[in-house]
Amino acid sequence: MVSVNITKTLHGSKGKMELNCDFEISKGDFLAVFGPSGSGKTTLLRVIAGLEKSKGEIVVDKKVWQNDKIFLKPQKREIGFVFQDFALFPNMTVLENLLYVNNDKKFALKLLKMGEILELKDRFPLMLSGGQKQRVALIRAIMRKPKLLLMDEPFSALDVSMREKLQNEIYMFHREFGLTTIMVSHSPGEIYKLANKVLEIDHGKIINFGDVSKILLKTNTSEKFSIEGTILDIIKTDVIYIAVVEIASRIVEIVLSQKEALNFKTGDKIIISTKAFHPNIKLKEKV
Amino acid sequence: MIDFTPFILSFKLAFFVTLILLVVGIPFAWWLSRLKSGIKPLIESITALPIVLPPSVLGFYLLVFLSPDSFFGKVIYDIFNIKLVFTFEGLVIASCIYSFPFMIQPIQSGFESLNKNIIEASYVSGKGFLTTLFRVILPNIKTSLLTAIIITFAHTIGEFGVVLMVGGAIPGKTEVASVAIYDFVETLDYKNAHIYSAIMLLISFTVLLAVYYINYRIKKKHGIG
Repeated sequence: MVSVNITKTLHGSKGKMELNCDFEISKGDFLAVFGPSGSGKTTLLRVIAGLEKSKGEIVVDKKVWQNDKIFLKPQKREIGFVFQDFALFPNMTVLENLLYVNNDKKFALKLLKMGEILELKDRFPLMLSGGQKQRVALIRAIMRKPKLLLMDEPFSALDVSMREKLQNEIYMFHREFGLTTIMVSHSPGEIYKLANKVLEIDHGKIINFGDVSKILLKTNTSEKFSIEGTILDIIKTDVIYIAVVEIASRIVEIVLSQKEALNFKTGDKIIISTKAFHPNIKLKEKV
Repeated sequence: MIDFTPFILSFKLAFFVTLILLVVGIPFAWWLSRLKSGIKPLIESITALPIVLPPSVLGFYLLVFLSPDSFFGKVIYDIFNIKLVFTFEGLVIASCIYSFPFMIQPIQSGFESLNKNIIEASYVSGKGFLTTLFRVILPNIKTSLLTAIIITFAHTIGEFGVVLMVGGAIPGKTEVASVAIYDFVETLDYKNAHIYSAIMLLISFTVLLAVYYINYRIKKKHGIG
């Protein structure tokens, strides 16, 4: 079990902010931390890792990582940490990166095989693609056999198709090694796929905590479905207006009335929802 | 027959100066790169002084500072029975001060441009500071270290004003190659001045070529500075 109850004063771009988080998760949980940028997500992760000092208590498997008297350094906390930019050691090959953490060659080779990157073991990080770096970073974090795996937006530097592959991989490692995982993420889709618990923070405060389905599937009105998008452009053609909207990296066109067209402008975030119609759903690819 | 003593003296001096400055320079540059307080510009200015100060000015102050009449010179003489002016030991101390910024600045900028996350990645891998320093930090600023070492070495070989002021030009003791060339010219011995100058030119060029080539290779292989 992991229990965290910490406070820390942050000096961010929006001035002073109090990070205040109190939550518990069980062994084997996959917790996603999400919220707007600057809300304190990454700091929370760094505090748990011991990379930043904070007030309060962190207890993992009945072992105190920090309280009023004790503060374990990152070296003494049984963690694996995946950095946003992967932070591989450029002077070491892939295999050397792993053996630096834990000099167990058999285990390293096993993990490389599981991640399907065994053939890359003698390459230097400079010669790897983003997706490959990410896998190495993940495997390096697991080399320490951590009680707690911490990941800071592990997919943010990758393209969409690569994300999907790596999400499956992370899920596989999480289950295979019975890890307890905390991941900072922006993407609801990613969270829904990987996590079983969600912690939503804003301005350093927890505003939602619980099971994934309860938090992500909430809707405010009686809409049958609703999606969010960003207006990229509004084009007038003859008598109608067409809004070009980006929805989850896809571009779609939506017809607007004149009244709507006047209300919205480029860059606005909008919610597109429907009640009355049943959407057409066709199979695109069978799994 | 060419007398190589001045060259040997030059290299001996450069070797000791580089070694001492490397040992002192790494912790100092690390401290300076991590310094956030307002005194940083002050420290940096003092460190960089030998670059802009005329060598004769620096040499003059060092001569005064190291002489047995000064406090520091007296203490050293009383304790170690070493005189610091017109001696090789004095030259080493003066050269260390003169070449200090050439060792510090490349290493400091190497530390400052290093991705901080790889240091933290080492900590969360369970490694302490010293292991991180020797296996992650220093290997990843290899080119900066190499530049610092070679530039310091070459700069010490090339110095003239300070060694002349503090060392005098005592043959076999403090007359290094650059000073010897000056002496040759003064006595109108152009033949030896040519030979010495050509050797210095060749050495300097070879050293620089080696540094730039090695740096080029390291960057190509690891993409690190």
